[in-house]
Amino acid sequence: MTQKLSIAVVEQDHDRALMIVDGLHDAGEFDITVIGDVSGLARRLAALAPDVVLIDLESPDRDVLDALTHASNPSDRPVAMFVDRSDDGVMRAAIEAGVSAYVVGGLSRERIRPVLQAAITRFHVVARLRSELAATKAALEERKLVDRAKGMLMKAKGLSEEEAYAALRRTAMAQGRKVADVAQALITAADLLK
Amino acid sequence: MSRVVDLGYVPLLDAAPVIIAAEIGFAAEEGIELALHREMSWATLRDRLIWGRYDAAHMLAPVVVAQTAGIGVGDAAVDALMVLSVNGDMIGAAPELAGRVAAAGGGFLDAAATGRALAEATAGRRLRFGVPFPLSMHAALIEYWLERTGLRAGVGLVTIPPPRMAAAMAAGEIDAFCVGEPWGSIAVEVGAAQLLLPGAAIWEFAPEKVLAMTRRALEDRPLRAAALMRAVWRSSRWLGDPANAMTAAEILGRAAYLDVSPELLEHTITGRIVVDGQGTEIRVPRAIEFFAGAANFPWRSQALWIAEGLARRTGADRARLRAAARASFRADLFRQVLGPIGADLPGASEKLEGAMATQTAVASTLGKLLLGPDRFFDGGRFDPVDGD
Repeated sequence: MTQKLSIAVVEQDHDRALMIVDGLHDAGEFDITVIGDVSGLARRLAALAPDVVLIDLESPDRDVLDALTHASNPSDRPVAMFVDRSDDGVMRAAIEAGVSAYVVGGLSRERIRPVLQAAITRFHVVARLRSELAATKAALEERKLVDRAKGMLMKAKGLSEEEAYAALRRTAMAQGRKVADVAQALITAADLLK
Repeated sequence: MSRVVDLGYVPLLDAAPVIIAAEIGFAAEEGIELALHREMSWATLRDRLIWGRYDAAHMLAPVVVAQTAGIGVGDAAVDALMVLSVNGDMIGAAPELAGRVAAAGGGFLDAAATGRALAEATAGRRLRFGVPFPLSMHAALIEYWLERTGLRAGVGLVTIPPPRMAAAMAAGEIDAFCVGEPWGSIAVEVGAAQLLLPGAAIWEFAPEKVLAMTRRALEDRPLRAAALMRAVWRSSRWLGDPANAMTAAEILGRAAYLDVSPELLEHTITGRIVVDGQGTEIRVPRAIEFFAGAANFPWRSQALWIAEGLARRTGADRARLRAAARASFRADLFRQVLGPIGADLPGASEKLEGAMATQTAVASTLGKLLLGPDRFFDGGRFDPVDGD
């Protein structure tokens, strides 16, 4: 029986790191370490000497990892990039999902594949949650704008809340714009006239 | 045929030619829609270029040479269609060390004096410099400078993303750093550092970023690549006009691009560099250059200089790197595509680097080309044919 693979997950966001760890647990038995504090990342990784490092493609710290693959002294080169020997399909999927994996040389593709597959699945989920969160935030922002514009109309023209909203919506439909955009325009104009 | 060109960039001042090409309409004039994608890591930008997610990229000049020589990811050759910027890097240290360097006789435009002062201030111990990426002009310039300064203990290069340089200095991981603007000026503004030297004090005319495409994408879509080159070259010419500095700074500073104050960017574009927390301003000729002096021409001799440095730092095969350098800096394409729209083309594609002490008129297609100055701080010269 070969030893369990050791995996380092470089991720500063605690919740995202936990999700990835959960995903990996579902995929098999691994020794997993989360590196949440990226200061001195290269040194930490050298001390840890994991078999595989997983990191978000969007993270600027990816360049620190990549640097290790260019070290002139082979003994200073703890990681080699997986993309060098992976098949196109898996690599493309990883890039689309936003995950990059670095592995120590010599590990067979069969042992790494489940790790990467699990990571790809998890990174997709993380990406979806991220975009949902962004959408929710934007929706809240829009709600705030509309509320403010409604309040301004109610005060300026003595309208009820329903009438104020109806006025915004009528204008939006007539101009082919979103209600939030009309609200924004009204607020901007009102600020200018102050 | 799709009109969209997907182009990845890292939010730095030297991404200006591609951002301006999209914003001021040079891309639209060529009938292409330039879709810009911001990236925070050079490795990721390179991978997405190579895996076909992007058609083109704003890229570190050494990455192109290294990747084509097989140092990077996979075996795809990457070409530099043109140089996007010359100079633009800043070297800085925490105010305490910078103060000791100044006291020991360092001068902002004098790399030799600053190198000696740095050696004295650090009492001969091994220095560690933070750079954003190992395959970069930052690494190449620091290595060239400190090797020729005769630091006994040598220098260690540590890769650290620019936003983390200040913390890395505070934690004692590095003594100093070399970064692309606006990161040097930002470090000064937040009080984390003082600037020791502009990159231009080490090499007066150092190619920095290039417009890169994989050779395969280039061969698949030559017309679209040519349209992109014309758009970016016209954008570079626009940026080279000092009258446009303020507009450029306003556009680049927007949240969608660099997300920094336009004033700070304008300082660097116009070569008025604020070097310390007291607001001391020093004029730096060619602090960053987008157009003048044939800045956009991909000199094969520049690529060969990069190849020699990469061979020393990575231990990779020198002949292979030199061959990759010549193949990937596409002076041939530059002539073919940009000559007809008014680029003044030099007679040769390689030159003796470091030989011009002043602006020098050279033989060119339109007869108006001034090159240089392009000296190295130690008066060294780089002959591209040495080693063939």
